Amino acid sequence: MNWTWFHKLGSPKWFYEISSLWLRGLSVAAILLILVGTVWGLAFAPPDYQQGNSFRIIYIHVPAAFLAQSCYLMMAVAGLVGLVWKMKLADVALQQAAPIGAWMTFIALLTGAVWGKPTWGAWWVWDARLTSMLILLFLYFGVIALGQAITNRDSAAKACAVLALVGAVNIPIIKYSVDWWNTLHQPATFTVTGKASMAPEMWLPLLLMVLGFYCFFGAVLLLRMRLEVLRREARTSWVKAEMSRLLEKVR
Amino acid sequence: MSNVFTLLLKREARLLCRRPAELANPLVFFAIVIALFPLAVGPETQLLQTLSPGLIWVAALLAVLLSLDGLFRSDFEDGSLEQWVVSPHPLPLLVLAKVCAHWLFSGLALVLLAPLLALMLGLPGRCVPVLLLSLLLGTPILSLLGAVGAALTVGLKRGGLLLALLILPLYIPVLILGSGAMQAALQGLPAVGQLFWLGSLTALAVTLTPFAIAAGLTISVGE
Amino acid sequence: MSFASFSEFLAMGSHGPYVWSAYGISFLVVLLNVALPLLARRRYLQEEARRLRREGAQ
Repeated sequence: MNWTWFHKLGSPKWFYEISSLWLRGLSVAAILLILVGTVWGLAFAPPDYQQGNSFRIIYIHVPAAFLAQSCYLMMAVAGLVGLVWKMKLADVALQQAAPIGAWMTFIALLTGAVWGKPTWGAWWVWDARLTSMLILLFLYFGVIALGQAITNRDSAAKACAVLALVGAVNIPIIKYSVDWWNTLHQPATFTVTGKASMAPEMWLPLLLMVLGFYCFFGAVLLLRMRLEVLRREARTSWVKAEMSRLLEKVR
Repeated sequence: MSNVFTLLLKREARLLCRRPAELANPLVFFAIVIALFPLAVGPETQLLQTLSPGLIWVAALLAVLLSLDGLFRSDFEDGSLEQWVVSPHPLPLLVLAKVCAHWLFSGLALVLLAPLLALMLGLPGRCVPVLLLSLLLGTPILSLLGAVGAALTVGLKRGGLLLALLILPLYIPVLILGSGAMQAALQGLPAVGQLFWLGSLTALAVTLTPFAIAAGLTISVGE
Repeated sequence: MSFASFSEFLAMGSHGPYVWSAYGISFLVVLLNVALPLLARRRYLQEEARRLRREGAQ
C-alpha cells in the first residue's frame, strides 16, 4: 500500500493547499444532501403508524447522534496519531473537532428531549440512549476544558489526546453499563427506532441526512483547521505569502 | 524491578504517615456527605435504606476524587516527578506503586469506614459483605482513573474542579455496577455478576491506566 | 407528498410545535457552527492587516 498521502499530511502547507479543494466539495455535498434529505423527510416521507408526524425528528436526531459518537472516535484516532507520529495536523484536528462534536451531542440531546415529549409524555426520561448521550456531552466538555486550561499549545494537544484515548476506551464500557442499568430499572421501554422494519421511503432520506451531516462535519472541521494552521504557522514564509494574498482580497 | 516497586511503596507510606491530616480529610468528608443526606431527605428508615447503596457510592466517589487532587502535587513541586520521568525505571511501574500506596492508605480506610456509615443509614447487616467486596473491587478503579486526571492537571494552578470535570463521567460504570451490586443484595438477589464485572474492570484499569498516567505525567512535567 | 395542503404540512398532525422547534433549533446550531469559524477567520485577517499596517508605519 502506498503511504505517501499519510506522510504528506505531516506538512501543514500541503494540507492547506489541498484542503481548499476538499472544502469546496464537502460544502456543496453537505448543502445538497441536507437540503434534499430535509425536504424529503419533512414533506414526502410517510408518517409513522404509531408516532404520527413527530417521528420526522429522527432525520436530525439520528444523524446528530451518529456524528457525535464518531466525532469522539475520530478525536481518539487523531490523538493516537498525534502521540505516536507527533503529527501537528492531528493535534489541530483533535482540538478543532471537540466543539463541533459537543454541538452535535447537544443537538442529539435536544431533539431527543423534544421528541420524547409527544412519545413518552415527558421532556426527559432516563432512557439508556439519552443518558449515554448526556455522559458523552460531559466527556466533550472535559476535553474542551482541559485544552483551554493548559496554556502551552503542544502540551495542551498531548493532554487532550491522552484524555480522548482514555475516554474512547471508556465509552463502550459506559454504554454497556448504562444499557444494563436501564434494563434493570425500567423494563420494556418503548423502542423508538426499529431499523429493520423501516420502509425504504423512510430510511432513504435518513441515509441522505446522515451522509449530509458527515459532509457538514468535514467541511466545518476543515474550515476551523485551516484557520488554526494559519495561526500556528504564522512565522513560516508560505503563510506570510498566503496572508498577503488573503489581505489583498479583503481590501 | 520489583525492588523499586517496594522501595517506592515504603517511601510513599512514610510520607503519608507524616501527614495524617491529609489522610483523614477524605474520610471525614465521606462521613459528612453521608450525614447530609438524612438531613436533606428526611429521617425515614425505609427511604434511607432504599437510597443507601446510591448514597454510599456517590459519597465514596467524591471522597476518592477529593483525595486525588493532591496525589502528584507535592512530588511535582519538589521536582521528584522530573526525577521519575528521567529515571531508567519504567514510569508506569513507578506510578502504579504511587497509586497503590495512595489506595492502601486512603481507599482501604474508606472501605473500612463504609460499613459503619451504611449501618447508620439502615442497611441490613446481611448486605455488609457485598458492600465491602464491591468497595474493595471498585475503589482501586476510582483511584487509578482519577490518577490519570490528576496527572494531566498537576501543572495547573486550579486543577481541582477541572479534575472533577474530567474524571467524574469516567466513573459512571463503577458507580452503576457498585451500587447495582448493593441494590441486588438489598433485594435478596445474588450480586455475584456485578462483582465479577467490577473485578474485571479492576484488572483492566490496573493493566491500562498506568500507561495513561505515565503519559500524562510526562506531558505535565515537560510543560 | 404525504400532506394534502400546506396548512396540514405546518400542523404536522398536532405535532407541529415539536417537529418545527426541533428542526429550527438544529438549523440554528448548524448555522452557528458554520458562522463562528468564518467570523473568527475574518477577525483574524483584520487583526493581521492592522498589525502589518502598524509595523509598516514604524
